[in-house]
Amino acid sequence: MAGLNSIAEGHKKNPFKRSRWNIGLWILVVTYLFYSIGSLGLNAERFLSGIGHASTLLDRMFPPNFERWELLLSGLVESLEIAMISSVSGIFLSLFIGILAARNLMPPWVSVPIRGFVALCRSFHPVIIAILFVKSVGFGALAGILTLIIASIGFIAKLFAEAIEEISFKQVEAIRATGANFSSVVIYAVMPQVFSRFIGFATYQFDSNLRNSTMVGIVGAGGLGGTLFSAFQRFDYDFVAAILITIISLILVWEFLSTLVRRVF
Amino acid sequence: MATIDYHWQQFSFGKKIARFSVYLFFITGFLFSLRSVEVIPEFLYDAPEQIMDLLSRMWPIDYAFYPLTVHEAIIETLNIATLGTLVTLIFAIPLALMNASNVVSSPLIHWISRFFLVSSRSVNSLVWALLFVAMFGPGMLAGVLAIAFRSIGFVGKLLGEALEEVNMGSVEALRATGAPWGAVMLKGYCPQVMPAFFSIVLFRWDINVRESAVLGLVGAGGIGVVLNDSMNLFQWQEVAMSLLAIFTVVVLAEILVINIRNRLI
Repeated sequence: MAGLNSIAEGHKKNPFKRSRWNIGLWILVVTYLFYSIGSLGLNAERFLSGIGHASTLLDRMFPPNFERWELLLSGLVESLEIAMISSVSGIFLSLFIGILAARNLMPPWVSVPIRGFVALCRSFHPVIIAILFVKSVGFGALAGILTLIIASIGFIAKLFAEAIEEISFKQVEAIRATGANFSSVVIYAVMPQVFSRFIGFATYQFDSNLRNSTMVGIVGAGGLGGTLFSAFQRFDYDFVAAILITIISLILVWEFLSTLVRRVF
Repeated sequence: MATIDYHWQQFSFGKKIARFSVYLFFITGFLFSLRSVEVIPEFLYDAPEQIMDLLSRMWPIDYAFYPLTVHEAIIETLNIATLGTLVTLIFAIPLALMNASNVVSSPLIHWISRFFLVSSRSVNSLVWALLFVAMFGPGMLAGVLAIAFRSIGFVGKLLGEALEEVNMGSVEALRATGAPWGAVMLKGYCPQVMPAFFSIVLFRWDINVRESAVLGLVGAGGIGVVLNDSMNLFQWQEVAMSLLAIFTVVVLAEILVINIRNRLI
């Protein structure tokens, strides 16, 4: 027993020592936290008054007011239309752009500029793109549709190109050996390998477009967001609650439907 | 030899019908939306002209504007994104634990956590920002909370899925020794989900940098406030400077995240 204990005494040090880098990183994180919380201008008084405001806000939000359901419904329909048009056309365009951006199918002089374009589509938040489109094509659903098409291309074309780059090339070579042209290679060798993943990205993007179509209206690009924003500015918080409940249930319904769609493919 | 003549098909009849009906649903939805959406065609015709006009007003970029306000606002944006991501973890980790079926087995708790996760994700960050601006007044605090509440759903869902993929062998071994709950968590689950955890958090931080750039449009601090002010004053050269700053920060953040991920994983 004594021997055992003495061995245990001798090996008390942790065998998995923390490296110096690790400790330095933690110190950096903690310093940053102090600095950034300081810049927040947060104090107890402001926080407590904020909690007070929150409770009055919630009081005025409940019960939600569905009296102006016609306005709500027209906004909802416009949002759905924006989501539908932008998803279908965005996904369709991404199918081609994704193939053009794949480095194993295309020469660099095609794939590099296309990849740059896709990266540009992705780098700005949809709201900023929406602002620019509202300035250039005016208020309304068209600006929202164009925005979400750009957002869809930025997301799906990138992931689709990456999926194509991971395919097994044996099937491509087998189809090429038969003397098939490029379109047959894509249809019979590439698409079967990536189509299920493409459907996955597409359902995700539809979901994301549905959420975003309820937001682009805040900057005037049509849909439920405009209704929401004007209700906010008129302090109709019970109507705001009704709109929010509608949006959440819409997303829940789509989440249920999208599992069905994914099971089919 | 009847079997040789058998006509092989990839999909069963039911599956074909199901796939066809999904396509049909989306195409009819697309066509209906295209017909009923309110688009003013005149606006579309002069869109290229308007876009060229906008670009000509943006050029040349007003670099002198950067040290005046943009620099400070960009730092504030990064702080909002980082603090928001850290605050999210306080809520997201418990919800992720509640959502993982191999940690908590009660379906009631699963539904509760799923409800919170879905509502966090369905409400857009701009809408969260509107709510928090109404509570805490305009400023960085509202932005941090908006980012945090929006990210809960994302981080919680992905972390919950990572927890469910944990190899239960080591967890069961720990339980067999009579280890308390905390020790099982810390030594059984934690080491296995750590890589996934860091990659999820980094990924979300990258998204949050983009999102926090627009929160200022509704008054929640960051570069968006500067952007909105210049836009309301029609100072398009300043707008171009802000957009350039956002673009640079987003690209740098993405490069940083990719580098850290490659080192960690």
